[in-house]
Amino acid sequence: MPDSPAIELIRLTKCFDSVTACDCINLDVRRGEILALLGENGSGKTTLTNMLSGIYQPDSGQILLDGRAVSIRSPRDAIRLGIGMIHQHFKLVEVMSARENILLGQAGRAAISPEEAIRRFGIQVDLDKKIYDMSVSEKQAVEILKVLCRGADKLILDEPTAVLTPQEIQALFDTLRQMRGEGKAIIIITHKLEEVMEVSDRVSVLRKGVNVGTVDTASTNRFSLTELMVGKQIDLDVKRETLPPGQTLLKVQNLSAVDEGGRALIEDISFELKGGEILGVAGVAGSGQKALCETIMGLMKPSQGKVYMQGRQISGLSPREIIRAGVSMAFIPEDRLGMGLVGGMDIPDNLLLKTYRDQKGFFLSRRQARAEAVDMVRRLRIVTPGIHAKIRKLSGGNVQKVLLGREINLNPKVLITAYPVRGLDIGASMTIYDMLNEQKRNGVGILFVGEDLDVLLGLCDRILVLCAGRVSAIVESQFATKALLGMKMTGLVTDKEDDYA
Amino acid sequence: MPKGWALPHIVQRGEVKPALTWAYRALAVVFALAMGGIFLALQGFSPLNVYGTMLRGALGSPGMQKETLKLTIPLALTSLGVLLAFKMRFWNIGAEGQIAAGAIAASYFAYFQSHLPSGLLLSLMALAGFVAGGLWGLVPAWFKTRFGTNETLFTLMLNYIMFHFITYLREGPWRDPGGGFAATPRFPRQARLPELPFPFVGNLHIGWVVVLVMVVAIFIYLRFTKQGYEITVVGENERTARYAGMSVKRVILRTMFLSAGICGLAGMLQVAGPDRQLTDAVAGGRGFTAVSVVWLARLSPAGALVVSFLFAALQKGCSMMQTEYRIPASMSDILQGIILFCVLGAEFFLQYRVMSRRQVAA
Repeated sequence: MPDSPAIELIRLTKCFDSVTACDCINLDVRRGEILALLGENGSGKTTLTNMLSGIYQPDSGQILLDGRAVSIRSPRDAIRLGIGMIHQHFKLVEVMSARENILLGQAGRAAISPEEAIRRFGIQVDLDKKIYDMSVSEKQAVEILKVLCRGADKLILDEPTAVLTPQEIQALFDTLRQMRGEGKAIIIITHKLEEVMEVSDRVSVLRKGVNVGTVDTASTNRFSLTELMVGKQIDLDVKRETLPPGQTLLKVQNLSAVDEGGRALIEDISFELKGGEILGVAGVAGSGQKALCETIMGLMKPSQGKVYMQGRQISGLSPREIIRAGVSMAFIPEDRLGMGLVGGMDIPDNLLLKTYRDQKGFFLSRRQARAEAVDMVRRLRIVTPGIHAKIRKLSGGNVQKVLLGREINLNPKVLITAYPVRGLDIGASMTIYDMLNEQKRNGVGILFVGEDLDVLLGLCDRILVLCAGRVSAIVESQFATKALLGMKMTGLVTDKEDDYA
Repeated sequence: MPKGWALPHIVQRGEVKPALTWAYRALAVVFALAMGGIFLALQGFSPLNVYGTMLRGALGSPGMQKETLKLTIPLALTSLGVLLAFKMRFWNIGAEGQIAAGAIAASYFAYFQSHLPSGLLLSLMALAGFVAGGLWGLVPAWFKTRFGTNETLFTLMLNYIMFHFITYLREGPWRDPGGGFAATPRFPRQARLPELPFPFVGNLHIGWVVVLVMVVAIFIYLRFTKQGYEITVVGENERTARYAGMSVKRVILRTMFLSAGICGLAGMLQVAGPDRQLTDAVAGGRGFTAVSVVWLARLSPAGALVVSFLFAALQKGCSMMQTEYRIPASMSDILQGIILFCVLGAEFFLQYRVMSRRQVAA
């Protein structure tokens, strides 16, 4: 059956408890085609791919591979049927070489040799290099090689570009095009519209578990895709307001921190943050963003260097001491639920986290927090069954609104936010940007750790680029380009890779 | 249809209504009684008669009810103590040792400071019991905050130290010189708890008042105080607690002191109440039973009281059955085990739903 698609899904449905994650999804991918799967978080993309890779079983509906109905009951089945899944989190053995990882568990049965795969698909990997010596993009290449060598002709990549620099993304896309040329069927999951436009042949858009449309990439554009994705037209422009520079609020001087093993997390970081300014922090994931935020906040002790808040040294104090000393600083951690909110508590109780100690006496009054919660839900249009719903039950965007709303209610002078829009849809992201811009107008100094370079360039006044824990550049956004940021983000890493080229 | 299609499907439930929770548990008890009935019938007993005896033994007369309440008091108090630690996700399974520590400290005053007026002496004993239990609980808490030790193992091990310490006291320094075999002396009259009338069953040692006060106090403490709020936050998410500026170590130490202190107080009530002397059976496994109680009560203080009463009734009923039918103790243990297994097993069905494929697809 040469004409049947490589993968065809017919009315595929999967429910969790009362939530329908995938609702009668029809989808097909042909051989020699790249299909982009676009959708917000919670739109069912991950569930869909998990059904294809045998992690979940569909409740109803059919999966056809090359025109043949199959039931994929385990990841092993998926591999046997030629489906190769590249997860966001790599599943590699760190102490082994690339070659050992690729051949692991398939001794003698590899469909093609790693060398041949490298030659045919133009993948840049040193097969004898150990995984722990590899950059994120190299590890990803190993993952791709692994599934290719297992003979996969249907590849699914789950947000493969999230951890890559612009240059690395180009290399990945070249590989994908090469694989398409070899007749492989490829599904790439992403939020990023630019990438969809650049690499895919067709796009399927998921919204709330439903396939709301499949279109040819050539005949669509960013705006109509966004509309499909969120259901309404949205202004995509992030606004930057230029304000006269205020006083220096936060001053970071030669700040360094090490992890438990003594490995440097950040090294010799210096910058100043002024009132009415948004200072962006760009960098490949794991370049020291977390350590920088936590060191400023007193959650991690600096090994060297100092932090001043309005001229007063705050480095070395514990978070409690920093709060007690009256330093206004609000911190929105990277991992919102992991640190910042308590999933099992309702909105008022979460609002109390930073202020409950200011109450006098032994008992805790929730009256004010309840009023604040009601007001916040209304003002920020938080979607919740009520203020007493547990935070865990809210969607990502609403969780972020509660967190940011709480921090802003503390009237901070400096607001540190890390990935405040991660996992949010465009509408919710715009609300967050508006909130940040409003704080900027109020004279707050904002440190914005971000990942989307377009947003960083659009929103921030200046951008600090981190590379392997060091500041590789601080640039004015209006003079910067994505390419420049990308170069600075890779910095040393590119030099190292050159040795292998 | 592909192979394996008929396999049941296990689906996680969302929030379960309290009414449904209790319905499931009632069902589990009925199921357990049926299983136990089969077991009894196989042994040649009439299940209905045996169960009737159990019920009578637990609640059949004011005298029986009183005995059941006497078992409820220490179990409920211990459960409240354990509950505090569990709310913080600190797995204190060392209540046995903390009860013993409290009992020893209280006994010291009973044996060596008995010249004091009764009211003062009993107050000192209660205070000593609370503090001694609390300090014994601070040991694993301190090691946890300082070195990150595992509190489950640590608290468990400390039980045996206290247990054997009581044996040492009984055989050695505190041995009753007048007694024929190794035992501690009876408490002097002024070191025994006064009794107060309990509705319908007559006089009962004052411990029942303590328990009722504690249920309310713990409820208020957890729900309406800043310290209770801190316990919830630390239990739910330690990193968030740190980020909010809480001193996690302090919260852990303070909560563990209170948790173990309440267990120590339970030990004091036991020696000064029904036991009237220090024995190595002062804890009597309650420290472990309390873990099941707290779990079934879903960390609710009032729930812990109710569940403690049910556990006490089960225990009392089983001992009645044992004497009346001359059923060996091990068989009554098996019956208790079956009931516990079913009730705890029902928790699985409260968290997950088992469905056939067809239901899921519908």
